Amino acid sequence: MTDAPVADRGANTGTPMVEAHGLVKRFGDFVAVDGVDFTIAAGESFGFLGPNGAGKTSTMRMISCISPLSEGTLRVLDLDPATDGARIRSRMGLVPQEDSLDLELTVLDNLMIYGRYFDLPRKVIRARAEQLLDFAQLTDRANDRVDPLSGGMKRRLTIARALISDPDLLILDEPTTGLDPQARHLLWDRLYRLKQDGVTLVITTHYMDEAEQLCDRLVVMDKGRFAAEGTPRQLIDRHSTKEVVELRFRPGQHEDIAPELAHLAERVEVLPDRILLYTDDGDAALAEAGRLGHVPQNTLVRRSTLEDVFLRLTGRTLVD
Amino acid sequence: MTTSTNSVDGLFRHGEVVPARRLTTPMWLRAAAYWGYQYKRTWRSSVITSFLIPVLYLTSMGVALGSLIDRHSHGVGGVTYVAYLAPGLLAGTCMQIGANDTMWPVMAAIKWMRTYLAMLAAPLSIYDVLLGHLAWVAARIAIVVTIYLGIMAAFGTVYSPWAILALPAGVLAGMAFGAPIAAFAATQDKDAGFSTLYRFVVIPLFLFSGTFFPISQLPHLLQYLAYATPLFHGVALCRDLTLGQVHGWVDLGHAAYLMVWVLAGYGVARLTFAKRMVV
Repeated sequence: MTDAPVADRGANTGTPMVEAHGLVKRFGDFVAVDGVDFTIAAGESFGFLGPNGAGKTSTMRMISCISPLSEGTLRVLDLDPATDGARIRSRMGLVPQEDSLDLELTVLDNLMIYGRYFDLPRKVIRARAEQLLDFAQLTDRANDRVDPLSGGMKRRLTIARALISDPDLLILDEPTTGLDPQARHLLWDRLYRLKQDGVTLVITTHYMDEAEQLCDRLVVMDKGRFAAEGTPRQLIDRHSTKEVVELRFRPGQHEDIAPELAHLAERVEVLPDRILLYTDDGDAALAEAGRLGHVPQNTLVRRSTLEDVFLRLTGRTLVD
Repeated sequence: MTTSTNSVDGLFRHGEVVPARRLTTPMWLRAAAYWGYQYKRTWRSSVITSFLIPVLYLTSMGVALGSLIDRHSHGVGGVTYVAYLAPGLLAGTCMQIGANDTMWPVMAAIKWMRTYLAMLAAPLSIYDVLLGHLAWVAARIAIVVTIYLGIMAAFGTVYSPWAILALPAGVLAGMAFGAPIAAFAATQDKDAGFSTLYRFVVIPLFLFSGTFFPISQLPHLLQYLAYATPLFHGVALCRDLTLGQVHGWVDLGHAAYLMVWVLAGYGVARLTFAKRMVV
C-alpha cells in the first residue's frame, strides 16, 4: 500500500468543513459555550481539549446539528445547520460520548438499521457492514447481541456505525474514555487510517496523549472559551518550556525548598508530592539544585507534554 | 460524480452507485423501520399473545359467563353477551397497546437505550422520530386488530361487513391514547408515573367505559365522565361496526372525537419531544 494522495472529500473547493463565529450556547442562565471562533479545514484532524464542563460536548452537539445555537453563526459543510440539518447529517458521522447502540439487537442489525436511516439500499449496507465489521475487528461477533460485548467492542461498533454512511466529516466525542490501553491503541490506529483516507476528524478528549497522536490542530477549552489554540508543538512551545524537572523531597519540605530553587527555572510549581521546575535545560537545573545542597529523594527530567500545557491553562483544581 | 477512489484498504470512499429513487423514503418511515427491526425479535410471542388473550377472554367471559347473562336477561341490547363484549374488548385492547407502547418504549428510546439520539445523529429530525414511532404503534395495533377480528369471526360475533371498518376504528381508539401518552412520557424523568397512569387511568377505563356492560348501569355522574373519555367512544364505534348497527352521524361523531385526541396528542407530543431532545 502506497501513501496515495488523499481521496477528494471537498478539499478541492477550499471551503472549510466547519466555520464558527461568536458561537454561544446557553442553558437558561448557564453559559456552556461563551463566544468561540474556529475554522476546520477539509482533511484536517481537529481536537477540542478541556476539563469536564468546559463546553466541548456542547460545541460538538452544535456542530452535529443536534443542538441549536444560542448565538453566533455556524456553517457546516458550507450549509446552515438551522435549515439544512438533515443534509449536513447525511454527510456526517457522529460518535456520541455515550453509546446509543441497540443492546437487544445483533451487531450486524445495529449497522443495518443505521444504514436504513440514511436510506441506503440493503445490498449496499450489507456490503459496507462487512467491511466495517472487519475494520472494527468484530466480524466473528456479527450475529451476537450487543449487550454482552465489552466496552471497547461497543465503542468500535459505535464508530463503525458512524461510518456506514461513508461520511466526509466524523465527529468523535471522547472516543476512548473508559477503554483499556489495548482498545485505545486499536482505536487510534483506526482513526489514523480514516485520517489518511481524507476524512475530516473532529475529536474531543481529555487524554493528552490522544490529542498528540491524532490532532493536527487543537484548542484548549476552559469555562466555555478557548484558552489556547495551535498545533500540539506550538502549544507546548508557547505555554511551557522544553523540559520539566520533577523533584521529590520528604513530605512537608516542598514549600520551604521551592523559593530557594526559583531562580533555576522559568517557572516553579509546588505540588503536595513534588516540585516542578519548568526550564529549557533540565539537566543543568538539576545539577545546580544539587550544588545548592538540595538532594531530592527522587528526580525526573522529561520533555514538556501537552499535559503540562493543559494543566497550566486550565488549572489543577478538580472540576466536576 | 461517482468516481470511486478505492483508498487505503478500500474500506471507505465506497463509491457505489446508489440510485436516486432509493434515497427518497420519507424520513418518518425510516424511523418506523427501526421499530420493525425490533419487532423481528419479538413478533412470535407478540402474535401468540394477541391470539391467546382474546380467545381466553371470549371463552371465559363471553361464552361461559355470557351464557348465564343470556339465560337471565336475553343478552344485552338484543344480541348475545359474547357479541356485545367482543368489540368492547377489542377497543380496550387497542387502548392498552396504545398506552403500553408509548410509555416504557418512549422512555427507553430517550434515556435507557438512547435510540432517539442515534436517530437524531442520522438525518432524521425530532418530528420524524416522533411520527415514525407513532406510525409504528399504529401499525402494531392494526396487526392485533386484524387477528382479533379473525377470532371474533370464529366466535360468530361479527354480524356485518361493516366490521372491516373496526380496523381503522381500533387503530384510532388506540392512538387516541398513544399520542397523548407519548407526549406525557417525553416529560418524565422516571418511569414511576407510568404505573400510576396505568393503575388509575387505563385499568379503570378498561372496566368502566362500556366494555363489559352498558354505561347506563353507572351513576349519572360517572356516565358523563365516561362520555368524556376516548375509550367509551372507541368501544361504541367498534360495537356499532361489528354488530352492523351503524348510526351515521353518531358514529362519525365517535370517530371525530377520537381523532381530536389523536391530533391534540400529536401536537403536544411535537412540543414535548422537541423540548426534551433538542437542547
